[in-house]
Amino acid sequence: MQGSGTAICLGTDVDTDMIIAGRYLRTKDRGIWAEHVFEDLDSGLAGRMRGAVIVAGKNFGCGSSREQAAVALKEAGVIAVVAPSFGRIFFRNGINVGLPLVECHLPCEAGDAVRFDLANGWVESGGKRYPVRPLSPRMQEILRAGGLVRYWKGHR
Amino acid sequence: MSTLSERILGASAGEYVDRKVNRAYVHDGTGVLTLESWKSMGGDRLADASHLYVLFDHITPANNSTTATLQHELREFARSSFLQFSDIGNGICHQLMSEGIVLPGEVVVGADSHSCTMGAFGAFATGVGATDMAAIWMTGETWFRVPATIGVHLNGTLGGAAEAKDLALTYVGKLGMDGGTYQALEFIGESAAVLGMDERLVLCNLAVETGAKTGMFYADSVTVKYLAGRGHDVYPQVPECCDYSRELYLDLADVVPVVAVPPRVDTIKMVRDLAGLPLDQVFVGTCTNGRYSDLARFARVVRGRKVAVRTLIVPASRAVLAEAIRTGVLADLVEAGCTIGSPGCGPCLGAHMGVIGEGEICLSTANRNFKNRMGVGGEIYLASVATAAASALSGEITEPEVP
Repeated sequence: MQGSGTAICLGTDVDTDMIIAGRYLRTKDRGIWAEHVFEDLDSGLAGRMRGAVIVAGKNFGCGSSREQAAVALKEAGVIAVVAPSFGRIFFRNGINVGLPLVECHLPCEAGDAVRFDLANGWVESGGKRYPVRPLSPRMQEILRAGGLVRYWKGHR
Repeated sequence: MSTLSERILGASAGEYVDRKVNRAYVHDGTGVLTLESWKSMGGDRLADASHLYVLFDHITPANNSTTATLQHELREFARSSFLQFSDIGNGICHQLMSEGIVLPGEVVVGADSHSCTMGAFGAFATGVGATDMAAIWMTGETWFRVPATIGVHLNGTLGGAAEAKDLALTYVGKLGMDGGTYQALEFIGESAAVLGMDERLVLCNLAVETGAKTGMFYADSVTVKYLAGRGHDVYPQVPECCDYSRELYLDLADVVPVVAVPPRVDTIKMVRDLAGLPLDQVFVGTCTNGRYSDLARFARVVRGRKVAVRTLIVPASRAVLAEAIRTGVLADLVEAGCTIGSPGCGPCLGAHMGVIGEGEICLSTANRNFKNRMGVGGEIYLASVATAAASALSGEITEPEVP
């Protein structure tokens, strides 16, 4: 549950319609979600997701329960999302699809290197280290397994 | 002393618990992915199927053959595995669950964010994603973090042309889009007891727009009577005094007709301040305001007159539609020039059947006005049924008359 990537800065209250629009939900093709991620927020973002750590404002992923939002980010190559708070269904979805979510108010400079260690509860950027709200033991286990599907496979 | 969430989940705020789920439901939108995840988990273990519901409502009837194929697969699975299945045209999942299925004290989980609506019955009800639901299909259980609770005290009486939707938008405006994040809302106070079931459903429906896990009313004589009429004998829940993380006091007499201005649900303005804004479409329906009482209120205003803008009415369920037919409400709506959609979510999520075009403005009785939600480049103003009716007649945002 460690990782690093390049910061992409986003604002507050980014809803799941912004992450993946309802018009792209009529498919099981994960590639389509990755291709259209953030299309309604900034159509240039989709091409910059690989290796990115999204650093957002409060309430990231609010709104709809669509798991496709978390899958779209994961599939597009996002390493992790850092935000002071998350929409709670998105938070569960993110962990369930194996996308690290880092609860922390992190100042964002686009292009900065961001490093995090969820087991030890910190995130680093711009030469400073910040504490992270820890995940529950269950969520840590799910994330370590690579998501809820693999977690359950391991528990059979 | 416990909050209603603590009482139902049997633990204190902040604790993590594993709980058996009394009812778990998906719709055609989330069910497809739930089935995928369930298969990936092994696909050989299913909890008691009598508690698992698959209710088609999001893109119904199917808009194209891709959707139809996805729906076909889920439909066949639901039938062959004996899940409780409801096909297209029966209505919105939350509405169907509210028509005599969800009971007080139950733990209810839906793969849809507006599952919080079921808290109106004194159930602990919340939304989850598809893979969480797949695990629930397997085990019949899930984990919860017991939420802290915001006490929303309701006092006084709604007056003038204000209705429950105006009250709901008002509290969303006060709490903000993240004011309830990770918490539950409990609606209490002397006026909570006099609100009808339809009004409670509206208030609980919008809880998630503050980020809340659920919105709840204590089951009382109103709940008991409503469920008795649907074949259930239930008991009221007696509120205890409890520790709230925050308290919000609302005097219903102060509530006036309001709209939520796009693209935020918490940008609340008085209808009179936006009066005259030209509209391209009025949409009445959804899990917020598509019930029979909503259609009847709309019909009372437009009866014998003609709407001045294209107006789409989508009943929340087949039962709602049937009652509107029986009482003549449907005829009033059709004769006034409204277009009637098949029971379901309609264009709320922008998938089909009434989406709006670039630059168009829709006044909607739904619960979300996010950018592009009902169509790329279109804008959504959220309002009450009364405001929708007055605005449909004039073709522009219009203050409703006092009924």
